[in-house]
Amino acid sequence: MAEANLILVGVNHKTTPVEIRERLAFTKGKIEDSVERLVGFPDIIEHTILSTCNRVEIYARVSNQDSGIDFIKQFICDFHDLSPMELEEHFYSFRNEEAVEHLFRVSSSLDSMVLGETQILGQVKDAYSLARDLRSTGLILNQLFEKAFSVAKKVRDETGIAERCVSISSAAVELAQKIFDDLENHTVMLVGTGEMAELAAKHLISYGIKTVYVASRTYERAANLAKTLNGSALDFEAFKSELHRADIVITSTAAPNFIIKKKMVEKAIHERKNKPMFFIDIAVPRDIEPEVNDLENVYLYDIDDLQVVVVANMHEREKEAENAMTFIRDEVTKFNNWVGSLDAVPTIVELRNQAEAVRKEEIEKTLKKMSHLSEEDQQALHQMSSSMINKILHKPTIKLKKQTQSQDGHVYLKAIRHLFHLDD
Amino acid sequence: MSLVVGTESTDSQPRVGLYMGNIAFNIALLSYLVSALGYTLYLVYRRPMVNLISAIALGLGLFSQTIAIGLRSMETGHGPYTTGFEVASFFAWVIVVVFFLTEWKYRIRDLGAFVIPVVFLILFYSAFQSREIAMIDDPSTMFWLTMHRTLSILGYAAFAIAFGAAIMYLIQENQVKSKKLGVMYFRMPSLEVLDDLNYKVIAIGFPLFTLGFMTGSIWNIKSDESFFSWDAMRTWPLIVVWLIYSGIFFGRLLVGWRGKKAAQGAILGFVTIIVTYFLHVV
Repeated sequence: MAEANLILVGVNHKTTPVEIRERLAFTKGKIEDSVERLVGFPDIIEHTILSTCNRVEIYARVSNQDSGIDFIKQFICDFHDLSPMELEEHFYSFRNEEAVEHLFRVSSSLDSMVLGETQILGQVKDAYSLARDLRSTGLILNQLFEKAFSVAKKVRDETGIAERCVSISSAAVELAQKIFDDLENHTVMLVGTGEMAELAAKHLISYGIKTVYVASRTYERAANLAKTLNGSALDFEAFKSELHRADIVITSTAAPNFIIKKKMVEKAIHERKNKPMFFIDIAVPRDIEPEVNDLENVYLYDIDDLQVVVVANMHEREKEAENAMTFIRDEVTKFNNWVGSLDAVPTIVELRNQAEAVRKEEIEKTLKKMSHLSEEDQQALHQMSSSMINKILHKPTIKLKKQTQSQDGHVYLKAIRHLFHLDD
Repeated sequence: MSLVVGTESTDSQPRVGLYMGNIAFNIALLSYLVSALGYTLYLVYRRPMVNLISAIALGLGLFSQTIAIGLRSMETGHGPYTTGFEVASFFAWVIVVVFFLTEWKYRIRDLGAFVIPVVFLILFYSAFQSREIAMIDDPSTMFWLTMHRTLSILGYAAFAIAFGAAIMYLIQENQVKSKKLGVMYFRMPSLEVLDDLNYKVIAIGFPLFTLGFMTGSIWNIKSDESFFSWDAMRTWPLIVVWLIYSGIFFGRLLVGWRGKKAAQGAILGFVTIIVTYFLHVV
């Protein structure tokens, strides 16, 4: 097995529009069906189907790469009743190292729409464990996927790829955590009931915020939103006098002018004995006077500020992705070496050479002492010793070739090399 | 300061204890250097290993310095309170102890980068001080001297931690305020945690320092100088330090001075302490 003959055929969000991707998706039931069909095909030795909303990929070990790739493309088309003509331009396929690198990139979320997102690793894990349950994977793919998981974990832990928030509301939550630390005993006040504000508030609540106030020009809307958020509604005019109660204020009204002014915040912060306040102004036009940010212990971010943070974070993730690639390339090489170590042929050749050398040496020693033998007799002795060696080595050779295909094949190889001093 | 600086030894035999103590001292100095560099490196080069090595080096340093101080105290027959060398190195030792306690309680990994370099510099400074042994002429004042120096140094050590937390606070505050969120924004703890740490260490350090100040006055009187004959150069800076920290302490309790003001106060206070140290002890 000098080559693992790994191939990958797939489509993803970069190559294929969603209208086609959705038609190609494999649900769990469909995967079970297709595994049944693929297992019957002798050229596919092992395979795993990965299907998420952004990608459909089949990883396989095949006996012939070219025909394997064509077969899988055809299979995907047939399975979903699509014409190969229609799909050809969308498919990508990789072989060996490239397929390995691709999987490492995918599970480390370097190939995702949002770099560093955390979902994909779970999806790859699910795909793999389903494939294992259906017994469609074997020695190579098992090792490949296990490796992909540890690579993904290492990329996550050792690069900042997932460190930075890339959505407005998560960036806002992170800022709140950098100001207040634990959000548990803090209070958020919503002024206006915009959708983004609601989203941000929900995000904050999921991080532990307990007390929520909602104020809106129409009291009913405030009451409704307060109900969904498990908070209490305020009269629109009342919020100004209650401002000091809020640690975090999110504004999203349609008001044409600033509704929260510096003076107002100055008063609130004084009443709070300088406990910090975090204002998030999601409204356009803005609701909060920008000078509010000049006050000590007060932090004001408007929608553009948050957008700038998010864009900067995305750039940072891209940089980290480059760092991750050096690491991934190393791991691909390591995986390749592992595949190489599974190859029984060199070991068998060395073993035979060693036996042949011993045979030759011994037979020549013997023949020197028996100069009376005819050429024919000498030839017969050579043949006899050769066939002895062949017979002795035949069964171990067959067994070794077979065992190296199994999960702990490399152990056999190691044992043979060790017992026969092949590495000395 | 009624100390009599004596010669190192009356007998001609070399003192093994002092010799060993010096070796332990040098190990401690080196360990603190490694730790200070490690913690600083960890700010940029985020590997858990670097943090761990820094902490181990610091632990080793503390251990060696404890031995160094112990051996020297056995030779001198009193605690490390008399000469400039003893006080400075004892100060470094106490900061490390307080730092470990803070780390244990707060787990602010980067605090070391802002505190341990200070520890190293203090010990490095002490390395150049005379290691001669000072005799105390009047044992009756020993108690007050010991109290004065121990309490003051405990207070100062707390202020050193507050100093580190304050620098971190200002860095973090600046990033959030200016909306330029750099690497430190992600790595440093929240403003609230840093401000809380600042508050708590000063709340502990300030009373200790005040007691140290009072016992110092008593020692002064006992050692035959009247209360009013203080050397102004030595005493006034201390009063300034006391005023700064009482300002920070009571300002927070009464007027709600917190955050940036408290951080700036803690930095001003610690810088004043360093200046005062040279005026007061040296």
